[in-house]
Amino acid sequence: MRFDTSPAPHVIAGYTVPRVMFQVLFALLPAGMAHVVLFGPGLLLQLAVACVTALLAEAAALRWRGRDAAPALKDGSVLVTAFLLAFSIPPLLPWWLGALGTALAVLLGKHVFGGLGQNPFNPAMVGYAILLVSFPAEMTRWPVPMDVEGSRSWSELARMSVASFYGADLTTHWDGYTGATALDSIRSGLDLRYTLPELLARGDIAGTLGARGFAWINLAALAGGLYLMLRRIVRWHIPVAVLGGLLVPSFIAHGLDSGNALGPAMQAFSGATMLTAFFIATDPVSAATSDRGRLWYGAGIGLLAWIIRTWGGYPDGFAFAVLLMNLAVPFIDRYTVPRIYGRQP
Amino acid sequence: MAARPTFPAGLALDAHKQQACGTPIVELPLPPQVVLALDQGTGYSAEPVVTVGEAVAAGTLVAHAGHPYASAVHASLAGIVVAIETREAAVPSGRSVCIVIDGNASNRIDDSVRPVADLAALSPDELVQRLRDAGIAGLGGAGFPTATKLAYARNLGAHTLVLNGAECEPWICCDDALMRSAADDVVLGALILRRAASAERCVIAIEDDKPAAIAAVTSAIERLRDEALTLAVVPAVYPQGAERQLITAVVGVEVPAGGLPADAGVVCQNVATAAAVAHWATRGEPMLSRVVTVTGSGVEHPGNVRAPIGAPLAALIAASGGYRDTPLRLIAGGSMTGRALPSDEVGLTKSMNCIFVATRDDIGSRLEAVEVPCIRCGDCAGVCPAGLLPQQLLRAAHADAHDTLRQLGLSDCIDCGLCDYVCPSQILLADRFRDARRRLQEAAAMAQKAADARERHGLRKRRQQEAATAEQQTFESVRDRARRPDDDSAGDSN
Amino acid sequence: MNAGAILIAVLVAATLAVTLGVALGWAAARIEPNADSLVERIDALLPQTQCGQCRYPGCRPYAAAIASSAAEIDRCPPGGEATVRALAELLDRALRPLDPEFGVPKPAQVAWIDEARCIGCARCLPACPVDAIVGTSRQMHTVITRQCTGCELCLPPCPVDCIELRPAPAVSRRYSQPRAA
Repeated sequence: MRFDTSPAPHVIAGYTVPRVMFQVLFALLPAGMAHVVLFGPGLLLQLAVACVTALLAEAAALRWRGRDAAPALKDGSVLVTAFLLAFSIPPLLPWWLGALGTALAVLLGKHVFGGLGQNPFNPAMVGYAILLVSFPAEMTRWPVPMDVEGSRSWSELARMSVASFYGADLTTHWDGYTGATALDSIRSGLDLRYTLPELLARGDIAGTLGARGFAWINLAALAGGLYLMLRRIVRWHIPVAVLGGLLVPSFIAHGLDSGNALGPAMQAFSGATMLTAFFIATDPVSAATSDRGRLWYGAGIGLLAWIIRTWGGYPDGFAFAVLLMNLAVPFIDRYTVPRIYGRQP
Repeated sequence: MAARPTFPAGLALDAHKQQACGTPIVELPLPPQVVLALDQGTGYSAEPVVTVGEAVAAGTLVAHAGHPYASAVHASLAGIVVAIETREAAVPSGRSVCIVIDGNASNRIDDSVRPVADLAALSPDELVQRLRDAGIAGLGGAGFPTATKLAYARNLGAHTLVLNGAECEPWICCDDALMRSAADDVVLGALILRRAASAERCVIAIEDDKPAAIAAVTSAIERLRDEALTLAVVPAVYPQGAERQLITAVVGVEVPAGGLPADAGVVCQNVATAAAVAHWATRGEPMLSRVVTVTGSGVEHPGNVRAPIGAPLAALIAASGGYRDTPLRLIAGGSMTGRALPSDEVGLTKSMNCIFVATRDDIGSRLEAVEVPCIRCGDCAGVCPAGLLPQQLLRAAHADAHDTLRQLGLSDCIDCGLCDYVCPSQILLADRFRDARRRLQEAAAMAQKAADARERHGLRKRRQQEAATAEQQTFESVRDRARRPDDDSAGDSN
Repeated sequence: MNAGAILIAVLVAATLAVTLGVALGWAAARIEPNADSLVERIDALLPQTQCGQCRYPGCRPYAAAIASSAAEIDRCPPGGEATVRALAELLDRALRPLDPEFGVPKPAQVAWIDEARCIGCARCLPACPVDAIVGTSRQMHTVITRQCTGCELCLPPCPVDCIELRPAPAVSRRYSQPRAA
């Protein structure tokens, strides 16, 4: 009897890229629910526009590059980009800005470099950073979260989200419903010579754990991230290093100057901390390669984010921290090659 | 017994051992014909010492091992040599010169097959030579001649003999079956091998998922009461049975890159090889048979079979109840490193520890795999037991960048296939690396050949020049002598 | 901005331009590329078959011709595309296909003498550029396979055509698996 032949190994684990990507999307679910409960349904609108734009941009880019679009659209990677961007931008953003950011993320962040696996930068962060520097007003306007005393009803929040999505001018009809994020308020408060305890005592900025609204999203993102680690989609190195890089300096600074420096709990549960640590910095394509390299990479992101939050021009620094460390990846990779079995270090 | 710490990385795989391991070892009835490949799996062939038409007995030497990497081949069947020709064979190159023997019913045994009476009197060197003559080769999968390995160990002063009973690869359980049924042979062979290698101690390493084998070997060691002999239970992590990884797990040292285990003071042999050595010592029998696992969803009754070397694989499968379902691949070895064979007509080799008849149920994951671009997830680096960065190697292999490949340690790849196994992009990494490695070796060989040719061409040109100069000088001196009478007048005229 | 500032800027730029221009010109004139080492480096990339298909008497003369721009880099069929690519990279010249006028690439081969037919005329011995044929008058000859470059120069002198070219033996024996279907 005769047989066909093929090279070893003959059995593989059967992990696939779509499996990885859809697990990531699944793990975002709790954070998404917290987001919708606290900030209204704006996230859902942003997700819809981001996903549609991302798929269209991906298909168009693959067509222009003369590639078959079908498998790439099914692998879910572009949806992860869309989700991460939609989670990062304010839920009140007019739809064209969400679409613009997503298109830039997919085209400028991914396909100009050669598509999946080739991009040196995290595509979602490319889109986010471009939006942030180009539309600073729109990109820093968030709804007042539901857990702030005296906030409006959720249905009111929903009506505002829809109106804002279509580009309504919020200042006339919805003034007082929107505001800066907690990190933003603290920064401007400190600039006005308030002390940190005074600001935190105000009640509309921080709760017991972290920033109003964002604390719950961070907690939910942490839960999703732990799930990814449990399923071995994400390994521990980057999340631990990001949190370490952020929390260790903030712990020291808070100890030295509790009147001005945010403490570790506040840092960990405000802004995009957990989302970055578990979902954005862990994008393997733009991260360092080896385990040791990933520790440096993650720690760099955490530290840069702390520096930007403390002294920089933006209230939350994670997008720029990630992009800067993306730049450093070839350098990190060069100096963190693991020791090969049987060779001297 | 507690499992010891092991080498870094690796992965616990689904073992698939239950299929073949429940039943005792079956003795294959003598087949009507054997096909003895002169390359027994190392890529180097023995030289035939019989001719077509010659009658041979079981145990007659039919091919002599000229090269240290070749092993002597003996007739595993009494009968007539009917052909010596190149055929398809279960060896790396796919083809080997084979000696085909048609059996007759005589079952005559060669006169040379006698128990080794003077075993205790043999010096280690004599022992090594006798093992070479008996064609003893590694039964663990590589088929490397045991005598050559022992000679390296003696030259480099190895202190520890590690007996490899890890059997980490999925589907294979012939060593497990052998240890359970013939632990005394394993232990006796271990002592002979230890003496041949002049090693101080011997450690038998078994994975912790084989409690019955561990128990059998433990009691065999107790019966023997030799202090130099110990048992090490190692975790069932693939590739625990890879020579270098096992040495690190058991002895705690690393084999230097590009070096031999003996450079780290260790020599490694398979437990089945030890049992074959015991067979040779007690009965004088050269390596005529081996135990092989016949398994997979494509055979009716998976199990372990003791079969003569050279027995056609079809006969082994028939003895296991024949094919069932739709067999898609016939694999010599396990699912991770086994070699897919084109035909079941080929003969059993010493290096073949498993015949894996795979159906879609077994290998569907690979058949259905669709390769997509690398997403740099790093899972491959996380499992690599050699500490390599497969994703970087892939880029370098794609670019055919030889210097980078060398720097990234392509030559330290042990071809275990784990990177391939875990890759979510389902890239054929192991295959790319084998290919790159071949190109690297070819390039090195070409460079060497070019350097030789340049040197030889240069020498030849110099020789030609010298010959031409010499001729010129002869010519000039003859001419000068002929002209000499005129010299004075010529000088004067100036 | 006043005229003084503009003047300063122009002056600085002009001074820089003149200084650097002079330095570059001086370097171009004084620091000559080492011709000998260039020939060596080109020769190192050639396959050393010494076959003469490039119409130079061996690899080194061809290397010298390339170095002096007397010959193009597309004349070496035994080296194939890989050699052209390596040469183009070394010399920073445009990549070009092999010129078929000088032959076409073939798989690696070695000469083999049919010893039964060899009459021992010894005419192939001086033809071999790397002394890879052993033998003497009225004794049969044989090729040292390991040394043979497969240049085919021994074929024409043989009066009985007992030399043929066979595929070179494979280099690597380990790490082979059947190819992907």
